[in-house]
Amino acid sequence: MTSANTMNSNSSRRQKTPLEHILRVALYICLLGMAAVYLMPFLVMFLTSLKDVEEIRSGTLLSLPGSLNFDAWVKAWGGACTGSSCNGIAPFFINSFQIVIPAVLISTIIGALNGYVISMWKFKGSDIFFGALLIGCFIPFQVILLPMARTLGWLGIANTTTGLVFVHVVYGVAFTTLFFRNFYQGIPSDLIKAARLDGAGFFTIFRRIILPISTPIIVVTIIWQFTQIWNDFLFGVAFSGFDTQPVTVALNNLVNTSFGGKEYNVDMAAAILAALPTLLVYVLAGKYFVRGLTAGAVKG
Amino acid sequence: MTIKASSLESKATSAQAKSFSLADLIPKLVMAPTIVVTLICMYGYMIWTAVLSMTNSRMLPSYDFVGLSQYERLFNNDRWIVALTNLGIFGGLFIFICLFLGVMLAIFLDQKIRNEGAIRTIYLYPMAISFIVTGTAWKWLLNPTNGLEKMMVDWGFESFTFDWLVNPDKVVYCLVIAAVWQASGFVMALFLAGLRGVDGDLIKAANLDGANIFTTYRRIILPSLKPVFFSAVVILSHIAIKSFDLVAALTNGGPGYSSDLPANFMYAHTFTRSQIGLGSASAMVMLGCVLAILIPYLYSELRGERHD
Repeated sequence: MTSANTMNSNSSRRQKTPLEHILRVALYICLLGMAAVYLMPFLVMFLTSLKDVEEIRSGTLLSLPGSLNFDAWVKAWGGACTGSSCNGIAPFFINSFQIVIPAVLISTIIGALNGYVISMWKFKGSDIFFGALLIGCFIPFQVILLPMARTLGWLGIANTTTGLVFVHVVYGVAFTTLFFRNFYQGIPSDLIKAARLDGAGFFTIFRRIILPISTPIIVVTIIWQFTQIWNDFLFGVAFSGFDTQPVTVALNNLVNTSFGGKEYNVDMAAAILAALPTLLVYVLAGKYFVRGLTAGAVKG
Repeated sequence: MTIKASSLESKATSAQAKSFSLADLIPKLVMAPTIVVTLICMYGYMIWTAVLSMTNSRMLPSYDFVGLSQYERLFNNDRWIVALTNLGIFGGLFIFICLFLGVMLAIFLDQKIRNEGAIRTIYLYPMAISFIVTGTAWKWLLNPTNGLEKMMVDWGFESFTFDWLVNPDKVVYCLVIAAVWQASGFVMALFLAGLRGVDGDLIKAANLDGANIFTTYRRIILPSLKPVFFSAVVILSHIAIKSFDLVAALTNGGPGYSSDLPANFMYAHTFTRSQIGLGSASAMVMLGCVLAILIPYLYSELRGERHD
């Protein structure tokens, strides 16, 4: 039962007063006005990316482009200069995928196993450890940056994709464990007890009982990790070499590299391209994205 | 990491076959890699940074201890004071405006709105994109030559000026605008989820007592959302303290260092200015800020759980 439902159940039966009508209209104006505010930056980015430099100079943010001109997109993808090379953001886009895919998969698998242990195979100290891990979700990464940089150097994976995957897994596991633990906490423990009495072992129970019902939380975790790692900038800028940079770092270089005139249309096209994967995930699986966002915050 | 985990796994399976008491070890063995890595890479590194903050490390870590003199230098450093002040202004406004907008939009959306799903999607989409993209977009919107200022002038508001992005006294507010745009939808989602969880009977009772909708919200619904409120504050302050990419993309700390935040100060001193000792000290202060917010929160959460 939602609060609005209960509240309106009384009022809907009687006639709405003029005041209520006015309030209702004001409410919609307010909501739609805010929607316009949230949409505006993206709309401006998109419009700007379709204009040529001359149109940008003469027009305003919201003026429409004279023609559909995708030159800026082509350049942003394959020809714009990011720091010292001019191959667009395409290579970095691929870098990001090479970092994100293994990091998401590994951290999700480890998180699932950890969550399973913490909620169903508690041992002495497992709760304390969970608390310690939880604090890890909150530490500012500035505190670990330099030691991690030294460690990656010793391991010989500084400035490599492997190194970035490693870092993202290490600091992603706190979140993935939290997600799975909270989800498994809701599963009746009798189910597991019965299986254990039947002689099923740790991995059998995990594979046969737990995994088949984990689909929603797996989706939530994968989406969360994908968004976090794709959007990461700090680790990318601190731990990547030039040819392993993720797309966020490349985008920032592209925008801040200026030889001669600033090409805002190319900047905007590149920004949209860099945002596209996570936006796409959001549009396709928004429900799960929101669940991930609120998972740690709203207790449930 | 993978190799480690899988070898442990196979070790674990063979152990299970041998005897039952070994089977009890499996959960511990599965958790072991995470425990070891967490202890080293979170807590160990934290201590390492704390140690470095008490040395005179410059380009490379050195272990000549100088006591707390890096912290003394830090708080005598104008750039750090600017960064810390900016964090206060940025964090305060960011949290306050996000909460205000978030609560307002959540309540508005909770009134049986047609197309609620679509509107909600629009409010929340900025949360899916990177702060670098957000910064790039707002850098373009807020730039005085071609951005909002020019649009308003062209629309007939001849005297409209909006030069905050290049004004050292105002540039921090640009960070607030962009960050609020990105995160307020998230607060809305938190509160909307909270509102949907409020006990319907409570509201019915209030209605029967003749309370109108405003009183019901103010007196009954919002007070029951206190936990959501605290969570939101903790998450938002955490975002504020960690903010690094937004500054990098939107202002790069400029003009001068007028829009630096502590995270940017730390990065610049540790990685580009060869002041590892000073950078580590600033990182420790950031950690202190986070703990100052987190510990009371966790304490109250745990106490609350025990009361249930």
